[in-house]
Amino acid sequence: MPEYTLRIRRYLPETGEAPYWEEFGVDLDGHRSVLDGILQAKDRFDGSIGIRCSCRAAICGSCGVRINGRPGLACHMHLQEAEKSSADGKTITVEPMGNMPVIKDLITDMDAVHWKKIRRVTPWLLPEGDPPEREYIVPKESMVDVTQTMACIQCGACVSDCLSMEVDPDFIGPAALAKAYRFVGDPRDGEQFERLKDLSEDPHGIYDCTHCFNCIEACPKGVAPMNQIMRLRRIAGADHGIEDRNNGHRHEQAFITLVRQGGLLHEAELLPRSYGGDSWFGKFHPKAGAELLDSLPVITKALMRRKVTPKAAMLPHKIKDTKQLQRIFDTVADRDQRFELNLYIVQPDDEPSTEGTRHGGNGGGDVSGGQAHGSASSSPPERSPNA
Amino acid sequence: MPAHDVLIIGAGLAGQRAALAAASAGATVAIMSKVHPVRSHSNAAAGGINAALNPDDSWESHAFDTVKGSDYLGDQDAIEIMCREAPDEVLQLEHWGVTFHRNDEGKLGTRAFGGASAARTYYVADITGQALLHVLYEQLMKYHAQIDRYEEWFVTSLLQDDTGACTGAIARSIKDGRLEVFDAKTTILASGGAGQCFKPTTNALICTGDGIAQAYRLGATLMDMEMIQYHPTTLAGNGILITEGARGEGAHLYNAQGERFMEKYAPNKMELASRDVVSRAEQTEINEGRGFPDGTVALDITKVPRNRTLEALREIVNIGRDFAGVDITREPIHIKPGCHYIMGGVKTDVNGATEIPNLYAAGEVACVSVHGGNRLGANSLLDTLIFGRRSGEHAAQVANGTVMPSSSHARVRDEQRWIDAIIGREKGGRRVSEIKDELGTMMNEKCAVFRDEAGLLEAQRTVRRLKEEAQVAYIDDRGTVFNQDVLGAIELGYMLDVAECIVVAALERKESRGAQFRTDYPKRNDDEWLKHIDLNRDGDGPPKVSHSPVTITQWEPMERTY
Repeated sequence: MPEYTLRIRRYLPETGEAPYWEEFGVDLDGHRSVLDGILQAKDRFDGSIGIRCSCRAAICGSCGVRINGRPGLACHMHLQEAEKSSADGKTITVEPMGNMPVIKDLITDMDAVHWKKIRRVTPWLLPEGDPPEREYIVPKESMVDVTQTMACIQCGACVSDCLSMEVDPDFIGPAALAKAYRFVGDPRDGEQFERLKDLSEDPHGIYDCTHCFNCIEACPKGVAPMNQIMRLRRIAGADHGIEDRNNGHRHEQAFITLVRQGGLLHEAELLPRSYGGDSWFGKFHPKAGAELLDSLPVITKALMRRKVTPKAAMLPHKIKDTKQLQRIFDTVADRDQRFELNLYIVQPDDEPSTEGTRHGGNGGGDVSGGQAHGSASSSPPERSPNA
Repeated sequence: MPAHDVLIIGAGLAGQRAALAAASAGATVAIMSKVHPVRSHSNAAAGGINAALNPDDSWESHAFDTVKGSDYLGDQDAIEIMCREAPDEVLQLEHWGVTFHRNDEGKLGTRAFGGASAARTYYVADITGQALLHVLYEQLMKYHAQIDRYEEWFVTSLLQDDTGACTGAIARSIKDGRLEVFDAKTTILASGGAGQCFKPTTNALICTGDGIAQAYRLGATLMDMEMIQYHPTTLAGNGILITEGARGEGAHLYNAQGERFMEKYAPNKMELASRDVVSRAEQTEINEGRGFPDGTVALDITKVPRNRTLEALREIVNIGRDFAGVDITREPIHIKPGCHYIMGGVKTDVNGATEIPNLYAAGEVACVSVHGGNRLGANSLLDTLIFGRRSGEHAAQVANGTVMPSSSHARVRDEQRWIDAIIGREKGGRRVSEIKDELGTMMNEKCAVFRDEAGLLEAQRTVRRLKEEAQVAYIDDRGTVFNQDVLGAIELGYMLDVAECIVVAALERKESRGAQFRTDYPKRNDDEWLKHIDLNRDGDGPPKVSHSPVTITQWEPMERTY
């Protein structure tokens, strides 16, 4: 049988020694998993290699690790694929997930980070009033919709490589915010507004995400946490009109207006508009002034390092033909239903990549009211990044 | 020293449900698990949960299907309770937030499942167990003030006072290796099955029969241990499960000659006959040379409309792709029967009480017996919830009139010495992993779909030898932090106890019923064997065998055809 080389990051806290790398050769079919390889090394050579694992079938979420620098489940990656994606085409490196303290070898302290964040989002259903005698009557599509986030197995792969969390360890993070959507999107939950208000106001909440897509790439179950965060933002801002004190929503609005006008971002306008209101006059608002004054050192530094020139900063930059751009904006704005991505809904045609469901125009209210869920049959194909 | 009214060992569905029930009855509760609760093997129950909730359905029909599925070895009083209480339990889960599939009216919708005379399986895509487990864990977090969670604690022994009553457990914190006594007025075992005694198996690596062996060592009776379910659709090699939901949605089985062979074995129910029937049919085809060269038959899911597959069988689309390299929406996938579930376990009454005072058991670790000789698909989730709840309620009630026990520290010192001795074993014997591997492979050969006396006797001799070898098996890890090696050695001891009981019971039952098919006794024999086989520990020797009657309320045994 083929030989594979596993290079495992070892850390034995009781020895007082720094982490080190150790190589093991395993002989298994290429379609067996990296976890099978680690377990063989453990069985044959060194039973002290630490890794959490249980189901071997990507459903229990125990074996989150980094393979060749990328987060995922050890049981979910074939040895041959791992070998191919390794730096030297031969040595498969396995190390613990990031953003969480390491306890031993490949075992991280998920309770200190991941589960703490999950507990932060009030992770249980809060129905309004007493339950009905039988089941809650809810639209079929709404249950399919939240089932995408129910598919999360809490493996921590998204937390491992969240860039925002690296900068702000207090960021609630992709897994917990996806969990939050599971309640916000559930028509049986009675606290949609309160949940969204809370997650908008928290400086480490939904507006702390920087759209880096790492969590979508990392997720082995297609939960697409970042998409769920964006949906939380849309429902908070567009449907509930929640104006958060972090200016997250206003910042997003200013961003859209500026791009719509010129096709490119006008950085010098972005900041005053985010704070002073979404118009040219925004810069005369006292809040915008205060924020500008506050940002002066950053601006000066940027100018000195020639990151920007005064001309580029002051004058709006435009693309030549904004008509096409206008059409894109108009098409999206005219649509009476919001197109959302979903793992569990497919279109009638035979294309697995065109998956989605739509929410009503004022989606948030309709999610709880539940009337406006259309079938995805007639919407234009949209590529789900996790398909 | 932690002390609680109710201590629950195991945090899968049965354990979590018991915790919620005991807490709502006013008890102080500790729930302990060797893994984080959401890693529990309840996750793997993909297909759904049975309940006669539809007005056109009846609990009697559900109960009869279960009795028939059990090959009349199930205790009918317990089956009646389970089926009667099923609808309310499903509604309770729905109210807690399980995202059950809905029909076009927005009401709970169902799918068909094996051995059932009506479509009464409620589901969440094909992640039902996972959805249930995660929603119950949401509730555990909600009631954190009443329920103390001990996550990643490994129980090494149950405790017993001079009168024989259970008084809690000793457990090792996996994270730092310290031992602690957990005093409890009542203790509920909810630690799952023992599939790791077989290799391959659909069961997770954690399913090592801990609770069955712990109760057995304490003196509890084990029952129906010969009844090991082989699931009809598992992947060759690694044993990964393809849900019965696939056949429920309309998938067919073919042999290598392209014949839909279930026509011969179960002309009416076809692929949706009971699991023992389908597994036996597959194994017969394979044994008689009509399987594929890799010892499998084909499951053809392309019969199911592609979009339906992508929505309702999403997880096995992934499993096919990731673990077999097959796109199940376009081509058949090769499968074979594989070890999946143990119908037997710690004998309990309908309240989960074992024969040891103040010790309860619920879920796969227990044997009520609602599954008898063969469990129906989607009845296992139901079993965990109904009897998890009932044992939680009952244990809380009993705890109310019990004085808090207090175990001596000497007991911890003995336990520590035992564990230190394992860690300190000299190199020389075999590795724990070698013994485990031999046990699993052997059990899967001698104690599988078809059994006979010669094979079982050989199995018994092998288990005895392995037990000796396990006494001196050595491990590598000398540390205290996450020493999974020493836990593996303790688990091996549990597995060997359970395996021996399985083999002894299989030898004892000289007939074919449910999952037990003896090629030397191929007929069901109600005159002699319509009874349970009970096992009790007898020192370090093989278990003592006795029999107990099957409870029959309204369904007299009949011939069983599908």
